[in-house]
Amino acid sequence: MLNWLQFLGRGGLDFFERLGRGHMFIVRVSAGLPGLFLQPRLVIQQLFSVGVLSLQIIAISGLTVGMVLGLQMYNTLVDFGAEDSLGPVVALSLVRELGPVLAALLFAGRAGSALTAEIGLMKATEQLSGMEMMAVDPIKRVVAPRFLAGAISLPLLAAIFSAIGILGSYFVGIGLLGVDSGAFWSQMQAKVDVQEDILNGVLKSIAFGVVATWIAVFEGYDAVPTTEGVSRATTRTVVHTAFAVLGLDFVLTALMFGGE
Amino acid sequence: MANQRLTEIAVGVFIAIGLAALVMLAMKVSNISALTERDGYEITAKFENIGGLKVRAPVSMAGVHIGRVIGVTFEQETFTAVVKMRIRAEYDKLPLDTSAGIYTSGVLGESYVGLEAGAEEENLIDGGEITLTQSAMILEQLVGQFLLDKAADE
Repeated sequence: MLNWLQFLGRGGLDFFERLGRGHMFIVRVSAGLPGLFLQPRLVIQQLFSVGVLSLQIIAISGLTVGMVLGLQMYNTLVDFGAEDSLGPVVALSLVRELGPVLAALLFAGRAGSALTAEIGLMKATEQLSGMEMMAVDPIKRVVAPRFLAGAISLPLLAAIFSAIGILGSYFVGIGLLGVDSGAFWSQMQAKVDVQEDILNGVLKSIAFGVVATWIAVFEGYDAVPTTEGVSRATTRTVVHTAFAVLGLDFVLTALMFGGE
Repeated sequence: MANQRLTEIAVGVFIAIGLAALVMLAMKVSNISALTERDGYEITAKFENIGGLKVRAPVSMAGVHIGRVIGVTFEQETFTAVVKMRIRAEYDKLPLDTSAGIYTSGVLGESYVGLEAGAEEENLIDGGEITLTQSAMILEQLVGQFLLDKAADE
């Protein structure tokens, strides 16, 4: 019984210790952000590896999700003679939910895991301590540019995801299923609000971008500096990001769209 | 050095595509054109019952969209619903005795306010009120009425 309680207590303490370290870490990273304006090269380099290289998977997933959504929604809507509502249904679900959430999950798999592995390996091969020895702060030099690049990339990627998804459902709906193109766009424009839907979707993806990149760089920086530790940290990044994004999505949805 | 240049170009393209997607979402997908309706003028109308009319429902005349509902409130003194509408600035020649009704597009479609022109020489101005109104038709009431009539016939 006591052993069990001790186990529970240790688990709780570990959890809160990690949480605390994570917050201390984000404060130190934030302190390193202003210095980046003097070295935009560092951020551009990271924007390339975090953002540009994620474009492919985001574009292809967005296209397929949009096409499938168009196809499935059409099957249901046509029963009610409401196939003109295909536009607003697809646009609202993509802009409000699927765009930000799926982009964040794909981002965690494509870019977040790579960030963790990169920083974790730098730690394992003692490059980070080497930098400290040369009086270069690894948080300012290594972590902060990656964090900023991730937080900038995800909102853009989510917007690309939504836009390509809507185009995909447009191709399926108009080209394949014979929905009227004018009704598709005009119904969409009548139902989707700039502030209510688009802006809230962008705010969501900004929040996800900060959280997903925060988890990725923290797991890398906090990894046990062994081969196994880095591989564990990489797995944790993907799993924890998925939890955090989905949980946060529920809270944000309830706050943004719940109180109508 | 050439490598660095390529990277920077790729990042530039990425950011441009991202911003273009945002602009497309804002312009093509959403109702940003409705924001330009802000420079129109406001009129109100009192209805006995507005049925399922919601804020942002369209206001149309002869089937053409000319404005939007911007507010629905309940007036306790008269027990009526006060519907505030904003009409686009270019449609400023609505006669003073214009009448308003609440209709639904299709059987189960969304509610909208339909305006019908009167014959008065003077026009509605900002803050004006439409006095001739027709309430929404409530489906349940119609069905109830129909059943009552049917029972009375037998």
